Amino acid sequence: MKNQNIKFIQGNEACVEGALYAGLDFFAGYPITPSTEIAELLSYRLPQKGGKFIQMEDEIASMGAIIGASLTGSKVMTATSGPGFSLMQEALGYAIMTEIPCVIVNVQRGGPSTGIPTHVSQGDVYQARWGTHGDHAIVTITASNHQDVFQTTVDAFNISETYRTPVILLYDEVIGHMREQLVLPKQGELPLVERLRTSVREGVNYHPYLPREDGRLPMSDFGGVHRYNVTGLFHDMWGFPSDNPEVVHDLIRHLVDKIRNNVNQIARFKEYYLEDAKCILISYGSSARSARHVVEYLRPRGEKLGLLELQTLWPFPHDIVNEKCVNAKHVVVVEMNMGQILREVKRAVERPERVFIANRIDGVFITPKDIRDILRVIQGKGV
Amino acid sequence: MAIKGYIRERFFPHIWCPGCGHGIVLNSLLRAIEKLGMSKNEIVVVSGIGCSSRISGYVDFHTLHTIHGRALAFATGVKMSRPELNLIVPMGDGDALAIGGNHFIHSARRNIDMTAIVMNNRIYGMTGGQYSPLSGYGTLATTAPYTNIDYAFDTVELAKAAGASFVARSTTYHVQQLTKILKQAILHEGFSVVEVLSQCPTYFGRKNRKGTAADMMEFYKDNTTPVGSKAKKENPDLIERGVFVEKEMLEYCREYEKIIERAMKGRS
Repeated sequence: MKNQNIKFIQGNEACVEGALYAGLDFFAGYPITPSTEIAELLSYRLPQKGGKFIQMEDEIASMGAIIGASLTGSKVMTATSGPGFSLMQEALGYAIMTEIPCVIVNVQRGGPSTGIPTHVSQGDVYQARWGTHGDHAIVTITASNHQDVFQTTVDAFNISETYRTPVILLYDEVIGHMREQLVLPKQGELPLVERLRTSVREGVNYHPYLPREDGRLPMSDFGGVHRYNVTGLFHDMWGFPSDNPEVVHDLIRHLVDKIRNNVNQIARFKEYYLEDAKCILISYGSSARSARHVVEYLRPRGEKLGLLELQTLWPFPHDIVNEKCVNAKHVVVVEMNMGQILREVKRAVERPERVFIANRIDGVFITPKDIRDILRVIQGKGV
Repeated sequence: MAIKGYIRERFFPHIWCPGCGHGIVLNSLLRAIEKLGMSKNEIVVVSGIGCSSRISGYVDFHTLHTIHGRALAFATGVKMSRPELNLIVPMGDGDALAIGGNHFIHSARRNIDMTAIVMNNRIYGMTGGQYSPLSGYGTLATTAPYTNIDYAFDTVELAKAAGASFVARSTTYHVQQLTKILKQAILHEGFSVVEVLSQCPTYFGRKNRKGTAADMMEFYKDNTTPVGSKAKKENPDLIERGVFVEKEMLEYCREYEKIIERAMKGRS
């Protein structure tokens, strides 16, 4: 009998399935390779459940529209790739500043500029972290297979609601376009975090920007009984603009600390054969597939190799990486850029001089052989 | 409700310079809302960045002060999610038609139900007097010290061409007409554009020797004429004011409801 819950689909479709499972109500986007399938599929699927889809005039407008929709209580998402992600940065900062939940998918292609649109890259890791101006914190998650794409998409919505922050899903072209199996979890199988709404009644003073003791900030939907101001200016607990040094200081600390103080809760990672590993590969996204292949191939051949697959890239889980790598002779970061996570790993470990990189930056997917060739050099086995 | 009931007094004094026309626009807008008897909870005011955009903070509605030029995009998200809400989007001329020009024409093209108010003072006031896309050829600004060689948009013609289903213009001198037009614009189902000529004596006026705020308002009185008047035929330099377009067109959110119906039918 055909199992309706098993699908053979693209990663972009797995992301759509995850978003719908998480309760997506509203999507605004603009076509761009290699993320377009997400918009196409949602234009079909969202209205079937009474949700809304709109194709905006550009990515700036897409970000604006999802932020507006989120304020009314909707769960929202947009999807794009490098050039579009660049255009979204100002409004992304607005969502950070105003603490409006939203999920932004960046299916990475090669850059800078128009770059290599139909080929893979992981070059936007730092852009996800520091793309918008000003001091801020951000959550960025990725995955290496479709089951995890589904799961991390659900996670992204949950984290976004919990911390009232934009969450970036940083997939890549290989993940987005590759087809493989996805087993759809049943409704209720994965926990979902719903919007935390204020319990303050009509007529009673509601402070939209006064966090509770646990740091969470209950919201009131636009159109509801509480009318308040939302602004990208530094603002007080009423949402009114303020240049009072204390207000400015407290708000920026709040925005950064609410993420920074929860690094370990936000950290998602997978580990393979780390217990006795003398050489640890650290990878994420599609390149983690090749890294895992190398580990599975060389283990039976007597090499004490392990893999730490990172799913949460930001906030970077420095303590976890440090702890996992403490007994390793070598650490090799496998990624498809010039060393963006490499730098973070070097900052995290005790002996940064033992951290190496196995990378490709030519638009071609990194293969297990690419990684093995580099391992031979690192281990002194020749070129 | 008295006008005062629509104001957030906590937010005052406002930031506008003495003589600025924007306070008059705020007054007219609140009078229009009062006359319509709308509830404060059903109104969302979305603005961008600039002198004009500060209007959102002063009013006791759901208010969203966004980023420069993008107010209409944010408003689109609010409106699509909650079509029963009334969206009012006050913008400056630079905000609406330079950095936000793309969102302006596309919102008009979609005919999404909201009221876009372009508070046209022909200058970037908040940054200190740079020329805007409505300053016009031959004007002076801090970034046009020799003279401005940029031609101006005609907001009304642009909105018409982009497909707005309600297009009007008034001035801060003609407050009665302005209130009436704003009322009509809010009631109109579809994308409404109201351009308001609003004086900036501090920057545009001073740079271009337009005199005091009162002189600038008198200029509006002497140099505008009702739409289609005989005076316009005799003197083409006069600026027309009034309602230019008011037509029935399918509204975007209502059309999307039909999409939902079709999608849901296809499923069952």
